[in-house]
Amino acid sequence: MITDGIEDEEKWLAEGIAGLQQNAFYMHRSLDSNNLRDALKYSAQMLSELRTSRLSPHKYYDLYMRAFDELRKLEMFFKEETKRGCSIIDLYELVQHAGNILPRLYLLCTVGSVYIKSKEAPAKDVLKDLVEMCRGVQHPVRGLFLRSYLSQVSRDKLPDIGSEYEGDADTVTDAVEFVLQNFTEMNKLWVRMQHQLRPAIGLSGLQGPAREKEKREKERSELRDLVGKNLHVLSQIEGIDLDMYKDTVLPRVLEQVVNCKDELAQYYLMDCIIQVFPDEYHLQTLEMLLGACPQLQPTVDIKTVLSQLMERLSNYAASSAEVLPEFLQVEAFSKLSNAIGKVIEAQVDMPVVGSISLYVSLLTFTLRVHPDRLDYVDQVLGACVKKLSGKAKIEDSKATKQIVALLSAPLEKYNDIGIALKLSNYPRVMDHLDNGTNKVMAVVIIQSIMKNTSCISTADKVEALFELIKGLIKDLDGTPVDELDEEDFKEEQNSVGRLIHMFYNDDPEEMLKIISVVRKHILTGGPTRLAFTVPPLIFSALKLVRRLQGQDGDVIGEDMPATPKKIFQLLHQTIEALLSVPAPELALRLYLQCAEAANDCDLELVAYEFFTQAFILYEEEIADSKAQVTAIHLIIGTLQRMNIFGVENRDTLTHKATGYSAKLLKKPDQCKAVYACSHLFWADDQDGIKDGERYLYFFEKGNPQITSSVIQGLIELITTEMQSDNSTPDPSADAFFATTLRYIEFQKQKGGVMGEKYEAIKV
Amino acid sequence: MNYIIGAFKSPCNISITLADGRTRKQVPLKKENGQMTKVPLFQSQENIAGEVSIEPIQGKKLEHTGVKIELLGQIEMYFDRGNFYDFTSLVRELDVPGDLYEKKTYPFEFSTVEMPYESYNGINVRLRYVLKVTVSRNYVSNIVEYQDFVVRNYTPVPSINNSIKMEVGIEDCLHIEFEYNKSKYHLKDVILGKIYFLLVRIKIKNMELEVRRRESTGSGPSTYVETETLAKFELMDGAPVRGESIPIRLFLSPYELTPTYRNINNKFNVKYYLNLVLVDEEDRRYFKQQEITIYRLQETS
Repeated sequence: MITDGIEDEEKWLAEGIAGLQQNAFYMHRSLDSNNLRDALKYSAQMLSELRTSRLSPHKYYDLYMRAFDELRKLEMFFKEETKRGCSIIDLYELVQHAGNILPRLYLLCTVGSVYIKSKEAPAKDVLKDLVEMCRGVQHPVRGLFLRSYLSQVSRDKLPDIGSEYEGDADTVTDAVEFVLQNFTEMNKLWVRMQHQLRPAIGLSGLQGPAREKEKREKERSELRDLVGKNLHVLSQIEGIDLDMYKDTVLPRVLEQVVNCKDELAQYYLMDCIIQVFPDEYHLQTLEMLLGACPQLQPTVDIKTVLSQLMERLSNYAASSAEVLPEFLQVEAFSKLSNAIGKVIEAQVDMPVVGSISLYVSLLTFTLRVHPDRLDYVDQVLGACVKKLSGKAKIEDSKATKQIVALLSAPLEKYNDIGIALKLSNYPRVMDHLDNGTNKVMAVVIIQSIMKNTSCISTADKVEALFELIKGLIKDLDGTPVDELDEEDFKEEQNSVGRLIHMFYNDDPEEMLKIISVVRKHILTGGPTRLAFTVPPLIFSALKLVRRLQGQDGDVIGEDMPATPKKIFQLLHQTIEALLSVPAPELALRLYLQCAEAANDCDLELVAYEFFTQAFILYEEEIADSKAQVTAIHLIIGTLQRMNIFGVENRDTLTHKATGYSAKLLKKPDQCKAVYACSHLFWADDQDGIKDGERYLYFFEKGNPQITSSVIQGLIELITTEMQSDNSTPDPSADAFFATTLRYIEFQKQKGGVMGEKYEAIKV
Repeated sequence: MNYIIGAFKSPCNISITLADGRTRKQVPLKKENGQMTKVPLFQSQENIAGEVSIEPIQGKKLEHTGVKIELLGQIEMYFDRGNFYDFTSLVRELDVPGDLYEKKTYPFEFSTVEMPYESYNGINVRLRYVLKVTVSRNYVSNIVEYQDFVVRNYTPVPSINNSIKMEVGIEDCLHIEFEYNKSKYHLKDVILGKIYFLLVRIKIKNMELEVRRRESTGSGPSTYVETETLAKFELMDGAPVRGESIPIRLFLSPYELTPTYRNINNKFNVKYYLNLVLVDEEDRRYFKQQEITIYRLQETS
């Protein structure tokens, strides 16, 4: 049935077009033969096709446009007719003889246009007459199109300033008056459209009332530009200066907007006003414009309207620094802020997302226009908190998005987390986010810090920052752990790690405080986080240690809080926390790092302690053979660089390392490890071990107890091994072995201390 | 055959020529056979002068018992066909009885003729003026020739001409207030006014203004009333809302109106009315009729 309706409409449109074309044909013939009377007759008949009630606005528009084209030809004819001596006044009367009002008024507008051009009467009189006469068409669609035609033919003939139609009697006021009146009438018709049923459609009972209403609303919005066009025309009138806009244009337009009490119209027209008139006018009439907002229907989407306005004003402010004083002068911020408050108050049913997006717009505005006024920013956030207070966490995804936008805006603007940290309401707004979003926001904050490489330099700020990103630092209540995406989690925690590196203060004392704060917070993070967060903390602390080490002389004294010793103590405890993760390998590395740092600080005992811890870990926690290999190499490497240990300590550690090396599971690993251990000895210059011999170790299984007899034994062993069939001959190994033997031989021949030493070895 | 026809042919040609025939304004008049013809236009108190020429058919003698010219003002009721009522009758004798051998011309004049009524062609009644030349004869019928002319009388601009203003309505349904700027309009006048909607509870489809002519003839029980709608002029398209005011501007010139005629010789009346009609979506008509007076204003040009 519905499709039937559409098909019918097509048919009606086709009929309308056919009728129109036929009469247009006769009209053309009359025009060609200069037959005025017939031309009027056929043009009226042609225009009668526009009297239909059966077409939807869309289809009606089609018909209208065709008639419009024909009327242009008729207008040309009228113009020529007046040149031929036909009085325009007579012509103006003649067209009014038409019995039907719609064709009559179309013709009247057409002649009226020629009339104004002829300047035989003041433009304002003709315009006033036309706009008054058009009242005769009260049918919404037909009236809208008729008045739209009037607007179209008159727009280049308004007595604007500088226009040829301006005269003593015709001023821009008349032009404004005309457009305003046409606008008012059109808007009334447009609003009334919702009560109008097209008979053909209305009769089909198959469509429910809701559907019918929806359809009508759709049809209405198709026509809105006809109404809005008037505002556009107004905005094009050059003679409208600020005073006139303030005293006449805006009050009249707003009066119509408020009084029409129609949701669709109010929203569209407010938007139109904001879009078509210049920004400086908006700024100067802000109070009036905003005053209208709470008077609109409660269902009107004011937030979008206001957002648009603030957006425009922000852009305006950004366009040039010269306009900023204007903003201050009119107290734009407080006006907007008040208006938003009132709107939110007036529209009780506005969803949370609505009010928040209003605050977002206001914030954007504030940031653009008053970047120096942090108190404004905080005020906006405070208002938002107030609005949200008493509500649970926000579930609505759109609202959440808006809050994120709200919170991101200051970060983007200032590029300085320090500013955000000063905003007392900032974390309070964040509290209203759900956990997931809270984290996202926290990441955004961190990214902002990273992007701008801004240092956070005091413990207080760090404290505040951790308050902001607490979603990342610890499990918030009610987060189901299993829902976490591992990759996201890693990403998040890595960013926390990066963040920790951004904390820096030149003053070691303050830095220590920062570190303590960080430590306090990250230790609350639970096992899964520690692995990510502890290392950066440790390194950050070690950095501090090294800094202190540089200025050793100054820091002596018991009352200094920031001594390396204390820091190491702190570090020790922190690393211990890793054991609960458990992440022994990581802890081990960190111990070694610390040991090395302690080494550099000449703190033997501390270093020894760290090593001890490392060994304990190795012994007790590291079970995997591969991990063991890595660990032992790390231990050896670190140990090798140590230079503060006394002989005893060193021996103990070295032997322990060598011992562990020898106990590795696989022979090649053992071999490599033991070889590495040999560095330890070499570093001590023990027994004058030379490179060549270490190469020996590299290839063969062996024992670090290097004496000549042992080497002798080794050589024999190698020889036997190589000669036995079960080992594949390796040319390079053979060559190397040969070289080594040759080397030993050479040492013997050389004699001296070395020679004697090697004498014992028999190849 | 030609000969036989010739026997019934008028034995002479009569023509009536007005003295100022060339300069006098001619207006169209519908003849009885329906054809339009141009006839001279007069008004009351004018002199009607000219000459009548009678020319017998070549070579024939025309015997007559006298020639006269009459100026007649007649009212003809169609329901009483053939019965003329002469309200004006003036006679001029042109010739004494005798014979006519050749063309003869007689001057005539009716000076300051009182012609109080205008020529009128209605539905049931006709008022006409005619010059009638009669050549009287013995034994055979008289030879008669007519010359119609039209009389129009002009009225000065009325000194009192109030507007018509009225509030009408149907309780709780429709209340309107309408205003016509005058109560007396001349024939080329324009009716201005407005309709103000005080209450609208019906779905109005459109509104029109009709100009109606009411012609009543006869008197007493045998009065015939005919009403004609001369103009149907759409004032409004669509449904107005409360507070809406719709302008009226109706040019009367395109319509064939006459002045209002009141009690013409006790025979007939012609009155004009403005009828405001509102049509609702069920095509019900709501209307209010107001009489207006139409008069003929002297054209200055």
